[in-house]
Formats: sequence, C-alpha cells, structure tokens
Amino acid sequence: MSETQSTYNYKVVRQFAVMTVIWGIVGMLVGVIIAAQLVWPELNLGWLHFGRLRPLHTNAVIFAFGGCALFATSYYVVQRTCHARIFSDGLAAFTFWGWQLIIVLAAVTLPLGITSGKEYAELEWPIDILITLVWVAYAVVFFGTIAKRKVTHIYVANWFYGGFILAVALLHVVNSAAIPVSLTKSYSAYAGVQDAMVQWWYGHNAVGFFLTAGFLGMMYYFVPKQAGRPVYSYRLSVVHFWALIFTYMWAGPHHLHYTALPDWTQSVGMLFSLILLAPSWGGMINGVMTLSGAWHKLRDDPILKFLITSLSFYGMSTFEGPMMAIKTVNALSHYTDWTVGHVHSGALGWVAMVSIGAMYYLLPRLFGKPEMFSVKLITVHFWVATIGVVLYIASMWIAGVMQGLMWRAVNVDGTLTYSFVESVKASYPFWAIRFLGGLLFLSGMLIMAYNMAKTIAGGRSVDDARILVPAAHHA
Amino acid sequence: MNDFVNQFWNWYVILLVLVSIIACGVLLWTQSAPPAGSRVDTTGHVWDETLEEYNNPLPKWWMWLFYITVIFSLVYCVLYPTLGSYQGMLGWSSSGQLAKEVAKADEQSKPLYDKYMKMDLQALAADKEGIETGKRLYLTYCMQCHGADARGSKGFPNLADNDWQWGGEPAQIVETISSGRMGVMPPHAQLGAETIKDLANYVRSLSGMPADSVRVAKGQEAFNTAGCSGCHGPDAKGMHALGAPNLTDKTWLYGSSEATIMETITKGRTNQMPAWKEFLGEAKVHVLAAYVLSLSTAADKK
Repeated sequence: MSETQSTYNYKVVRQFAVMTVIWGIVGMLVGVIIAAQLVWPELNLGWLHFGRLRPLHTNAVIFAFGGCALFATSYYVVQRTCHARIFSDGLAAFTFWGWQLIIVLAAVTLPLGITSGKEYAELEWPIDILITLVWVAYAVVFFGTIAKRKVTHIYVANWFYGGFILAVALLHVVNSAAIPVSLTKSYSAYAGVQDAMVQWWYGHNAVGFFLTAGFLGMMYYFVPKQAGRPVYSYRLSVVHFWALIFTYMWAGPHHLHYTALPDWTQSVGMLFSLILLAPSWGGMINGVMTLSGAWHKLRDDPILKFLITSLSFYGMSTFEGPMMAIKTVNALSHYTDWTVGHVHSGALGWVAMVSIGAMYYLLPRLFGKPEMFSVKLITVHFWVATIGVVLYIASMWIAGVMQGLMWRAVNVDGTLTYSFVESVKASYPFWAIRFLGGLLFLSGMLIMAYNMAKTIAGGRSVDDARILVPAAHHA
Repeated sequence: MNDFVNQFWNWYVILLVLVSIIACGVLLWTQSAPPAGSRVDTTGHVWDETLEEYNNPLPKWWMWLFYITVIFSLVYCVLYPTLGSYQGMLGWSSSGQLAKEVAKADEQSKPLYDKYMKMDLQALAADKEGIETGKRLYLTYCMQCHGADARGSKGFPNLADNDWQWGGEPAQIVETISSGRMGVMPPHAQLGAETIKDLANYVRSLSGMPADSVRVAKGQEAFNTAGCSGCHGPDAKGMHALGAPNLTDKTWLYGSSEATIMETITKGRTNQMPAWKEFLGEAKVHVLAAYVLSLSTAADKK
C-alpha cells in the first residue's frame, strides 16, 4: 500500500471546512444587509437592492455555506466509516475548485440581475451545467469510496449522504431544464402551472434533501462521536430513512395551496407533508436519545450543545412545517413572514447549528490540534447564536400571524380593514428585532472565524490520519 | 372540470397516491415488532473505532403518531378531492370555498350598499359614513394607480383636484369607473420637429409658462391648421366627450417641460382606465364615484 493510500485525504476536507466558515460569514452578512434594507429602505443602493441581494443571500447560505459543510463532512465521514481513502483525490479536488467557482459565478451574476427566476435555482444555464458536472464528480467520489470500503455494512450516515447526493442530482437536472436564448438568458422547459409544480417539487426537496437528508447524515456521525454513545436505534434509523426520502418527494404542492394547481394535487401535497412529521421526528429522536446515559455531558460540552440544540430546532420546524402545510393554516400563513421564520428556524436553528457543531469537532482534528483554540469561545458562540435564532423566529412568528390577520380582516362594508402598506408599517418593529437576531447570529460566526484562525495558526504541518483497521468484530 | 386527458391518468394518480400512503403504514407495520435480543445489545457493527448502534424498538408514541397521520390521510382522501378527479364525499373545492366566502360577505354588506344605492350621488358624497366606505374601497382597488393620496402620478390622473378629463358630473364619473376609459392622442411626427417645437411653446404659453414668443405665434397657427383644435377645441380648453385635456390650465398628465410636450405630440399617448362594473358591481362603483366627487368638492373649498 502506497504512503497516500494508507492515510485519509484530509486536504479536501480541510479546504471545504475552512470555506464553510468563510461562506457562512459572507452569506449571513448579505442576510443581515437585506434585513437592514427592510428596516431602512434607504439602504437599497443601486444594484445592491433587496431584489438582487435576496437570491444572493439564499444561494450563499444554502449552497455555499451549507454545500461546503456537506462536502467537508461527507468526505470526512465516508472515509472514516468506510476505513478507506477517498475514491479519487483528483476528482475530489475538482469538486472543491468547481464548487468554489460556481459560488463566485453566483456572487457575480445574481447582483447583475442574471437569473432564471426560479427560487433557489436562479443560476443561469451555463452555471447549471457546471453544477451538474461537479455534482456527478461528487457522486463518483462518494459512491466510489463506498465501493472500496473495508467494512461490510454501510454506516447510517452514508445512507443519508448518498440519498441526498442522488436526489439533488435528479432535482437539479429536472428543474433546471431550460431553453437558452443567449449565454445569460434561458426560459424554463415547462410552462404555466406545470412549471410552478416542477419548481416547488424541486424547491421543497431542496429543503428535504439538501437541507435535511444531508444534514441528518452529518448528525448521525457527529452526535454519537461527540457524545461517545452508540446510536439509539438502528431499527428507527431504517424506518425513518426510507419513510423520509420517500415522503419528501410528494410534499412540494403545499407551496401552491389555493393556486391554479388542481385541488387534488394540493391535497396530495398536504397529506404527505403530514405523514412526513413522524419520519422527520424519527431522526430527532434517534439523535437526542443517543445522549441517554450521557446527559451530563451537555453541561460543559459546547459542541454537544450545538448538536443537540440543532436537533431541537429540527424537531420544532418539522412539526411546524406539516402544520403550515394544512390548507386552513396555510390560508393564514402563506405569503407572510411566518414562512420566513419557519425557514430560518430550520436554516439557522437546525442546518447552521449542526454544521457549526460538526466544524468545531472537525477543525482541531484536521489541523492536528487536541481541541479548538478556545472552548470558552465555542460556548459564547453557542449562546450568541441561540439568542439570535430565538429573536429571529419569535419576531417572524408575531409579524407573520399579524400580517395574515391584517390581510384577511374585513369591515362591515366588505372592504379590507387594512391596506397592504399598513401591514408593512406594522411589521417594522419586528423586522428590527429580526435584524438584531440575524446580527447576533452573524457575530457568532465571526467569533467562530477568530477561533478557527487561532486554531489553525502556528500549527505544525499536519499529517493526514492513518486509515484505521476495522474493529475485530467488524461492521 | 377534469384535469386528465383520459381515464388512464386518472386511475394512475388514484392508485399511485393510495399505494404510496398505504406503503408508509406497511413499512411501519413490518418493522413494529421489537427487535430480537436484549435492548442493551448493539448490532455488533463498529465503524471508525467507536461508532456503534443499539437496536432499541421503535418508540410506541412515535409509531402511533405515524399511524395516525396515515389513517388521517386515507380518511381525507375519501372526504376531500385527493384521488384524481374524484371530488370527495364532502364536495369541497377551493373555488367553491371562495364562492361561499364571497357570497357570505356580500350578504352581510348588502343592507349597507342598498342604503347607499338609494342615496343620490351628491348626497352620498356629503355622507360621512359613505365617504369612509368609499375611501376604503379606493384604498383597495384604486390606489395602485392613482396613489394613496389620490393625487395620481405621470400618466395617472390626479383625482383630488377639480380638473376633469372625462367630465366631473356624477353620471360621467360613474361611467368612467363602470366602463373604463380609453384615451388616445394620435402621434403627429409628420409635422416635423420644428413645428412640434412651435406647438409645444404655444401650449406652454396657454398655461402662462415661459415660452419663445416667435414660436408661440407660429405654434398658434399650426394648432389651428394641424388638426389639434379638432379634439382640444379652438380655445384649447379640451373636450370631455373625447377625454381631450384642457391645455390652458395648470394640470399636466405627462409633464409640462418643452421636451415632454414635444414627446407627447410626436409619439402620441394611449392610456387606459380599466372597467370595474363587472368586478365590483353597481353599488360599489356608486360609492367610489361619490368618494371621487367628494375629493374634488374638498378641493373646491381650498
């Protein structure tokens, strides 16, 4: 066995891990800017107005921050749990540089107004093709590593990463199908309500697979590792895995309640969203119960605090989601800030916090340190981030329900009690609180960046860890 | 209404939805027996030194939660439109729900509008309660174009002044809102830039604005020979029947600069006020007309 084949490839993991923190700061900074623009409209300057920056924010946090976190952890986890070096160093490097190029292209084209207009899939067709290439390379690297594993059984985290990679490939290719008219403009291959349905089939599964299945894979490695406890139930992981990936595929129509979409399609979307509650909670239960017998560790381990809090937010937002998918509830919540709050309880509370926890676990191991430069700063980060999320989602709940009630209020003469702009005016205080919450969350990321820089700095040159021989009673 | 081109797709959807919902329950049922062996045992697999798995049975409360959602879904399929073109036992539809809500709202507000309809427009324009309703209607349906203060903007007439493009008599206002208006000023590029500039200066002079006196004289001549007076009248005071604006006042729909007036004459203007009678009904149009009338009455007093 050659020297490189006897170690794990940590280089690509290191690159993605560092970029996770950097893109996290960039994406959340843009989020804080657009939150400020809602409170102080005079901040909408030239091209850098809300309409151009909002897709930049969503793309940066989902695909740059979340994407890098998924690449970093999946490459780390698949190597460690397969007891094998990554399938191809060259292809893995290609996915890193390709993904960074895509992010930079997004950051340039979106503020220029180059967009296909599909939410969370705004990037134009040349970039879409590049995404497809990188994603195929990702799949080859990931499944190639699975194929060369030294253990019989595939660890549960890899089921979720694998499902996420396959589903995202399918979603991206189908939804991005378009007819180009120039290098920077294309039109969707679908028309009318079919286009809307394809878009939200994609949109909701971007949440279901990119932002959920992938991060559940992350959870299944880092929670038991950090807690030092076995996963609570193999049986539960089997049931909730299959139920989750099957059911998510149906849930998209709940984004189109009370629209031109046929009633039956809306109903199907609503029912599968309700059925999705239990499979989602299965993941939360399996993660949280893994801690049974080790609850005391939560007291002084801030990484575990991040991981377990993320699962609590996961449980909360996957309860809220099915409720909001019910037509009657949706009639109130749709188009209001309630939706924005719901998304952020998932995105900040679940996705960002589980990623942050995983990064704090990874960084010292990747850079040959026993632990982060300052464990105390992790604790500070945890509390700043948690208060930030709570302020964010609480303000959006209040604003959202208030907007929904104001929009539907009717006078005795049948006229609307409030004009739209009155609901905007009433939302200002809550938008200010949301801005504050976002600012806190961003500050936490800056603390993390400082901690990361200090951890990396002054380190010796780092060797990649040697590949472990599988345990005697091997998997 | 049928969403399917033929019955095959209808049954395809019905079967796929039913099988998929039931499959979720079946998956759970096949896994519901507690795993063999002691609860404290792990599965025996170890990854990456320390990763192991217990094989605890599925939590009972969680299984019931799962079953309940599956059963709820099956019941819902029977009651509500879910299975292809089957409408469900309750006969519910989203368009039906809307129609019901609208009918209920209309029924509730009917006595009020009946009262308003019995009132003369002038009287209604002076009625405090009626004006309040009119204002609310205005803020829902009209402010998008005419502005929250009803002062309009470029191309959208100011309703809070006392100038009327199509006439300010009650019947005329009702007609404007009911049937809409289509105002067309034809393009006059054929007159040539010089003549158009003369005309622009003349039009500006009519409103007492600074203008080149030589061009004003030439413009006045062109006004009468080029056909302007056909719509705007020999005295340039406009004509309500055609929606041709009075050019001698200080009201400008598109702007009073020489350049803007030249653009108006050269390229013409086409403008449309949509018809509201079908959408709002006679009574609401009546109240809106009274509100608009009240705005100009208020302008009178100033």
